[in-house]
Amino acid sequence: MPNDRIPMTMTQKILAAHSGLDEVRPGQFIEADLDIVLANDITGAPAIKEFRRMGAGHVFDKTKVVLIPDHYTPNKDIKAAEQAKDLRDFAIEQGIVHYYEVGRVGIEHALLPEQGIVTAGEVIIGADSHTCTYGALGAFSTGIGSTDMAAGMATGKAWFRVPEAFKFELTGKLGPWASGKDVILYIIGRIGGDGARYASMEFTGDGIAALSMDDRFTIANMAIEAGAKNGIFPVDDQTKSYIESHPGKFVQRKPVIYEADPDAEYMETYPIDLSAIRPTISFPSLPENAKPIDEAKGIKIDQVVIGSCTNGRSQDMQEAAAILKNKQVAPGVRCIIIPATQEVYLECVKKGWAEIFIHAGAVFSTPTCGPCLGGHMGVLAAGERAISTTNRNFVGRMGHVTSEVYLANPAVAAASAITGVITDPADLV
Amino acid sequence: MGKAFKYGDNVNTDVIIPARYLNTSNPQELAAHAMEDIDAAFAERVRPGDVIVGGKNFGSGSSREHAPLALKTAGVSAVIAESFARIFYRNSFNIGFPLLESKEASEAIEAGNEIEIAFEGGAIRNLTKGETYKAEPLPPFMANLVKSGGLVGYVKAKA
Repeated sequence: MPNDRIPMTMTQKILAAHSGLDEVRPGQFIEADLDIVLANDITGAPAIKEFRRMGAGHVFDKTKVVLIPDHYTPNKDIKAAEQAKDLRDFAIEQGIVHYYEVGRVGIEHALLPEQGIVTAGEVIIGADSHTCTYGALGAFSTGIGSTDMAAGMATGKAWFRVPEAFKFELTGKLGPWASGKDVILYIIGRIGGDGARYASMEFTGDGIAALSMDDRFTIANMAIEAGAKNGIFPVDDQTKSYIESHPGKFVQRKPVIYEADPDAEYMETYPIDLSAIRPTISFPSLPENAKPIDEAKGIKIDQVVIGSCTNGRSQDMQEAAAILKNKQVAPGVRCIIIPATQEVYLECVKKGWAEIFIHAGAVFSTPTCGPCLGGHMGVLAAGERAISTTNRNFVGRMGHVTSEVYLANPAVAAASAITGVITDPADLV
Repeated sequence: MGKAFKYGDNVNTDVIIPARYLNTSNPQELAAHAMEDIDAAFAERVRPGDVIVGGKNFGSGSSREHAPLALKTAGVSAVIAESFARIFYRNSFNIGFPLLESKEASEAIEAGNEIEIAFEGGAIRNLTKGETYKAEPLPPFMANLVKSGGLVGYVKAKA
């Protein structure tokens, strides 16, 4: 290897490989080849308009464009129905392989890894900010807007500024009732909502081995809430076995494993001791307002939401079921549980979790993003307060501009549903 | 030239255009609800050429291009902020909506000040206070994108 080699981060290596370059430097503008281009019912409709305006006739590859009607579906109103129809008509016209109709569709960022549509080493763009989720698989994956989506569909390429990176060195093991959600809320609280702006968050360290894939998806999912371009995990045995057990049904994708150079440069390295992380709550109205649960106990709530691209996976449902078993949702509290995909939904049914939820007095729904962004299936009235496993607690996010959202992990949300106030699950048992 | 609307840090895409209006991408419908959850009177008061001045991390949150589109359609000529969130930043340039990064301008400009911007060179003139601020120069790639009228023009020119 020549001496003047530039050491690169994991993200930089993936970007270089997709741009036909031996090396890239932070700040450099590149044009990268895309492996997957994703949109949903909200961002897809305007992307299709721009696609036409570009004069494009056909998508660059009908196996690499993924269209997922998950936000306002099952259609919440006539306008939403029109948008979903635009997406469906386009998918049929273009012969899009990965279009999922209501009944098969799930929340995009849970569905794509589960269905083997994304894999390690790929460059993925999605017209949804939480597209950064697939970094858990060792891919470069980032959110973009509808015009980028249109250009990506037409050309199979996107422009990027090569990002700098922050390193998060995870050690130790999470304590009881803490999960991936608490790790990422804690980190966002520590570095702030723009703490990783324009940059990569690269997670490393021997603490990763003890984090489940669902924990990693949750952590990578919220990298955007620290302003990051992407969050990324190294590929280990657990990643490989996840990828092997989730093969593509229509297209087999080939994982490629990239590793950061040992001497890669980072803007800063943050050591994170997982054993010290308490269940964490983000207070209104920014995810960075993260505090240990001890400071949130007793806050009265009107609604509980368990689901979303952040926390609607198998492990999340299992944790909620373990807490709600033989318990009742408090009078005056609405508890809304939404598994992120049909597979997770079916698992809830088969394992008896669905029955636990319904006996507890919770709503148990098929997949939708619905309440997370104040769309439908759980919109808040003026002055109401929710605890939610979703990803944002901005002003008006879940409904009325004076309503409030507290972000938490699924176990905390389920425990709070039982008592009607924010509750540490450890205090229940 | 236009008047400044001034807001603080972390003006996010949910307040720029609340998700309850995202059952359409019609620019006029979106513009009618621009900034509604942070400034209910904005859509009524804004005039063509006006500018928005924010603090740190302007445009954080969702990837919704509806956010810069709503502001552009409402007549806003530019957003000036100390810093921008990255998806909002790229979306704005992709649709040909200019953003200027200037800590100095972000701090000095007050609500209602008359602002004039020379985009070539990045000079921000405050006519009310008789001051001039400098914006960070655009990387050549971004300047080229602006010249092409956004990403649609850029892609067409390359085809």
